[in-house]
Amino acid sequence: MAEIAIRGQTAESSVGARAARIRSFALSDTFFRRLTQSAAILVLLILGGTIVSLINGSLPAFRAFGFGFFTTQVWNPVTNKFGALAPIYGTVVTSAIAMLIAVPVGLGIAIFLTEICPRALRRPIGIAIELLAGIPSIIYGIWGLFVFAPFLQQYVQPAIIAAFGNVPVLSSLFAGPPYGIGMLTASLILSIMVLPFVTSISRDVFDTVPPMLKESAYGIGCTTWEVVRNVVIPFTRVGVIGGVMLGLGRALGETMAVTFVIGNAHKINPSLLAPGTTISATIANEFTEAVGDLYTSSLIALGLILFMITFVVLAIARLMLMRLEVKAGR
Amino acid sequence: MSSSFYPARRRRNAMWMGLSVAAAVVGLSWLLLILIVLFWQGASGLSLNVFTQMTPPPGSSGGLLNAIAGSLFLTVVGVAVGAPLGLLAGTYLAEYGRYSRLATVVRFINDILLSAPSIVIGLFIYEVVVVPMGHFSAIAGCLALAVLVVPVVVRTTEDMLNLVPNTLREAGAALGMPRSLVIRRIAYRAATAGLVTGVLLAIARVSGETAPLLFTALNNQFWSTDPTQPISSLPVVIFQFALSPYKEWQQLAWTGALIITLAVLALSIFARALSARGAANQ
Repeated sequence: MAEIAIRGQTAESSVGARAARIRSFALSDTFFRRLTQSAAILVLLILGGTIVSLINGSLPAFRAFGFGFFTTQVWNPVTNKFGALAPIYGTVVTSAIAMLIAVPVGLGIAIFLTEICPRALRRPIGIAIELLAGIPSIIYGIWGLFVFAPFLQQYVQPAIIAAFGNVPVLSSLFAGPPYGIGMLTASLILSIMVLPFVTSISRDVFDTVPPMLKESAYGIGCTTWEVVRNVVIPFTRVGVIGGVMLGLGRALGETMAVTFVIGNAHKINPSLLAPGTTISATIANEFTEAVGDLYTSSLIALGLILFMITFVVLAIARLMLMRLEVKAGR
Repeated sequence: MSSSFYPARRRRNAMWMGLSVAAAVVGLSWLLLILIVLFWQGASGLSLNVFTQMTPPPGSSGGLLNAIAGSLFLTVVGVAVGAPLGLLAGTYLAEYGRYSRLATVVRFINDILLSAPSIVIGLFIYEVVVVPMGHFSAIAGCLALAVLVVPVVVRTTEDMLNLVPNTLREAGAALGMPRSLVIRRIAYRAATAGLVTGVLLAIARVSGETAPLLFTALNNQFWSTDPTQPISSLPVVIFQFALSPYKEWQQLAWTGALIITLAVLALSIFARALSARGAANQ
């Protein structure tokens, strides 16, 4: 009865034509299945291709510098000496500070959206946050360069330097002069940029808590905070950590928002107010100007390191989110 | 139980909830502030010239015509290459593979590619396209964007096909339809709104991408339609102009940023409305 499925085929009745049609169905069926399967395999090939091409491109740098590539902070195109320590340090520190700010604020907004916010406002605010998560990062970068960095330089950084000038550890952490651009500015921009991600994922994760659990807690007289603390967070812990890691993955690989305001200085400076660099900012700033194979290769090696770091972070994030999905029975 | 037990709990609740509200107010107004500044700065440079004139040399006035055209070219070709591949791979995950080992691995890898740093994708295309060709080209930029489109479309396609009720597929199979026809004539049709949403979201995602274009499509100060030559694009022009010391260029950067933001917001809102309608139909 295969013909019924096809428009205008009911007139066909001879057995031979029927058999031919079924054969052609079988053929096109196999073809379509193979086609989709190869597309799925292509996804794996993209990942494989990325890793292989990055390793291939970075071989000259690793051959020239060996393990020292990870432990030196020299970055001198003139003498052809390159080390990845300063960009790695910058990437890790800016992302860490960004998450330190974005996670509490993002969780706060998510709690606000799921527990406190009036119902009529939940959807509009939720949609607004998701739309903000889609704004290209270059927008945050240009805002940081023209508005935020000058503001920090004029008002905030002098105050910080003055306030912590005589405190033992903090005085070196916040040593002047106030450049405006630098590690701290980049971290703050990053935190603003990952905030919508962290918020919308945490909200989705909080929404997986069965209402029954929360209602029973409210029923025995718990306050909203006690419900959040003792029911929502324990139930969603894995998912929240997964969401945070996903945000961290974004922060680590973020390029444009950081490149504008980091200052691109290949030097590890204990002061957060000093210019620094990150892996992605280094590549974005220098790749097209890199002359010589070793220079290019070193930049690709930086890309490989970045890819490996984010791959591990994102893989952990996905595994944790998957565990929550299994738990929520979806 | 002491008498101060209840007030203490209430105080603690008020404190934490107050902090949460404060986070919401500060976070949201901060993000709003960025948008307001962007509109303020960008709108002041918005004029017809922006859409009719080429990017100017330093110190003179001009528009963004070649950058806008370049961005459209890169995005259209990138999506035209990436979206069908994503659609097919998503179909495999939702229809054929669903619980197979291959599908599990592909799903996992795809989710990672979804948030992988886009600058690394740029390096990948540089290695496999730009180096063999010997120079930067529009086609390399298109491929870089296509690689970014694939994971987005795979993800939404799979999610949307999973929403199609199995009874529909079974009804088709009961009529003797082969699997591929059930998928194309029933599942795709039931999920059309969702599939289009996925493609729109992918367009929104790549139209603001800067990092992967920096060393694939590079930039071009002039009008270009040759796919083997470097091509200008809005994000890269913004990057270049914003970091320049010239006032006219900085103003154009703001205006370009506003154009991109409006385009991305319009696409996402449209996609959202479409998927809401699609969901209402089911």
